[in-house]
Amino acid sequence: MGSTVATAVAHAEEHHTSTGLNSRKMVFWTFLGSECMFFGSLIGTYLVYKGKSLNGPYPHEVLNIPFTSVSTFDLLMSSLTMVLALAAIQRDDLKGTKLWLAATALLGMVFVGGQVYEFSHFFLHEHLALQSNLFGSTFYVLTGFHGTHVTVGVIWLWSLFALAARGRLSSKDSLSVEIAGLYWHFVDVVWIAIFTLVYLIQ
Amino acid sequence: MATATAELHAARAHGESGLWSWVTTVDHKRIGILYFVTAFIFFLAGGLEAVIIRLQLMRPENTLVGAEAFNQLFTMHATTMVFLALMPLSASFFNFVVPLQLGARDVAFPRLNAFSYWVFLLGGIFLNLSFVFGGAPDAGWFGYANLTAKQFNPGHGIDFWAISLQILGIASLAAGFNFIVTIINMRAPGMGFMRMPVFCWMTLVTSFLIVLAFPVITVALVFLMFDRLVGTHFYNVAAGGDVLLWQHLFWVFGHPEVYILILPAMGIVSEVLPSFSRKPLFGYPFVVYSGIFIGVLGFGVWSHHMFAVGLGPVADSFFAVATMLIAIPTGVKIFNWIGTLWGGSIRFTSAMLFAIGFIAMFIMGGLSGIMHASPPTDLQQTDTYFVVAHIHYVLYGGTIMGIFAGIYYWFPKVTGRLLNETLGKLHFWFNLIAFNLTFFPMHFVGLLGMPRRVYTYSPGMGFEGYNVASTVGALLLAASVLFLIVNILTSVRGGKVAGHDPWDARTLEWSIPSPPPPYNFARIPQVVHRDDLWESKRAGKPALQGEAAGVHMPSPSYWPPVAALGVTLALAGLFFNIWVTVAGVAILFVGVYSWALEPPSH
Repeated sequence: MGSTVATAVAHAEEHHTSTGLNSRKMVFWTFLGSECMFFGSLIGTYLVYKGKSLNGPYPHEVLNIPFTSVSTFDLLMSSLTMVLALAAIQRDDLKGTKLWLAATALLGMVFVGGQVYEFSHFFLHEHLALQSNLFGSTFYVLTGFHGTHVTVGVIWLWSLFALAARGRLSSKDSLSVEIAGLYWHFVDVVWIAIFTLVYLIQ
Repeated sequence: MATATAELHAARAHGESGLWSWVTTVDHKRIGILYFVTAFIFFLAGGLEAVIIRLQLMRPENTLVGAEAFNQLFTMHATTMVFLALMPLSASFFNFVVPLQLGARDVAFPRLNAFSYWVFLLGGIFLNLSFVFGGAPDAGWFGYANLTAKQFNPGHGIDFWAISLQILGIASLAAGFNFIVTIINMRAPGMGFMRMPVFCWMTLVTSFLIVLAFPVITVALVFLMFDRLVGTHFYNVAAGGDVLLWQHLFWVFGHPEVYILILPAMGIVSEVLPSFSRKPLFGYPFVVYSGIFIGVLGFGVWSHHMFAVGLGPVADSFFAVATMLIAIPTGVKIFNWIGTLWGGSIRFTSAMLFAIGFIAMFIMGGLSGIMHASPPTDLQQTDTYFVVAHIHYVLYGGTIMGIFAGIYYWFPKVTGRLLNETLGKLHFWFNLIAFNLTFFPMHFVGLLGMPRRVYTYSPGMGFEGYNVASTVGALLLAASVLFLIVNILTSVRGGKVAGHDPWDARTLEWSIPSPPPPYNFARIPQVVHRDDLWESKRAGKPALQGEAAGVHMPSPSYWPPVAALGVTLALAGLFFNIWVTVAGVAILFVGVYSWALEPPSH
């Protein structure tokens, strides 16, 4: 058996495709298209309800632009380390792969930590809850879903790190890192939209 | 490496028969059959709900069911038919037929395909559990805010509804991603896009609509669940919220959704009509581009469902014009289907009769659709039985008749046996007459002003005769389905043996044995023409394929159903027990990790 039959596997991955494009990458791009509609609806709702809250706390009273600028910078830097992780795995540099995957995951964790601090500060000191007003409802649900996406990405990156640490990742698997990177960059881009529309343009 | 592989062998699912082989299957044909059987059972359940609705409305001031039960019945009838019957029946054809028409051995992601099915099954069961646990949802399939607010709807029916739609949405999205990639990437060598069967084209357009429309209702339902469970204010007018937010989000999803329901049926009749007219599809590129155009326009017309809320003359005019525009590609398709029939040597098989019935009934539904594209007309028709007549002409006369055509057409390929043509023709005529008896009078009673979704009506309004006709029609319509059921049950073992190509058809699925072997194609075909099989047969080339040995296929897997169970529990637990959610997430993790680390085949 072995390799001769394996070549006839009816599976799309790593095999000839009609377009020459890899199927896993293509399915991930369609997923990201779908995610655009998801975040588009969330952001659209935030914008529609902007200024419609009947009582405070209002955005300008609670949002801390300098603090969030730092965590935004942190997240943008994680895109850089993600690119370095991909470059490392492509040249079979397992040490570099581990280093940059861990760096990306840690930067992501710093961002999520910042969001946890932000949420608890808003909740405890500014008395902004999900139930306070339309701002509380739309703000927490929008940024919360983004934070959940970052968290999923962090789990994904550590999973790849674990594979790399056990020596089960090589340049043949660089697509797995590339797809995780696509997700990570997408989540970054969404944050740039949220940071601009929610924090900067109040 | 060798020992690791051996361990994997021991740990994996295997086997080709028995119940377990169906649970772990990743074969697109078996998954298609699972979709069909499950969706058909839900179709019967939704039909039963419709029959009870009609019995209640047979006489004025009838007391068969009360207002509460009536609200649950029409909500569950529509939700079941849209999400548990029509979409998955279409999905059963996507699954069974598309890879065969493409000349592929499976879909691009066989395990993701199995996952879609199991999530769909569990979501459908979960929705129907609401009947047992404290009452079914009762706010309509459209679930308008604030009929769904906790304050006005304190039971758990709406929670069941919202959560199960989220679960079903995951199934649809996963299938949508899978079929986009399958159709773009798995075509046989030589099958350019413009040589692809129209059914594959319509599946592609439908899949794009699914992946772009479903996230919007996901968000709308997330808001609803937050409002109900946590007390946020998305749809709370008292806190400055706007109930129209729901309507906009729902119909941004909901209008593409009706094209998700009709485009696959259009694809089916585009396969059936040429085969039984012995002519290629007339104006193939026009049919394809019209389908794409319908899909694109479908995202720009949602507010025609909302003329009655008073969006103002500018918005109303825009959406009226956009809606009327859709009549153009739709009309193009109808003329092309008629052009296909024109001058053909027509064989009136059961499949052909249903395809022709589709054209006729869909024209009627389309015409009433153009009527309420005009806002002043629509204001007279909104919330009356006229609209009920319209949607049933489109979704029953259109989608269901198209699906029936598909059943008669592809049953021989699925089972290797032909359905009985006499029973099939009886089914068609019974179905056609009963359908029109049920729904045609609704046009009149609607224009007379009978409101829909109201559990009874007063005598002396002129509604009685029409309602008796509709109820008698509905009972006959339910009975007509028996012809199909009996036909399927007797033919699946006792039908005439079909052979490879019983219809002298055009597309690749008819070049392989019936039922197809697990690997479909012994050798991957080389496509040269649009109707490749016809061209090969005409040229006298050996077109039909035999069996082969040693074709390696993806292995069965436990993990898709495990992951599906995890997703369902994680969402289901949200409103009754958070520990169920925690357990669900844990199961999901196990499922996803095992899935990701398991090679697709051994």
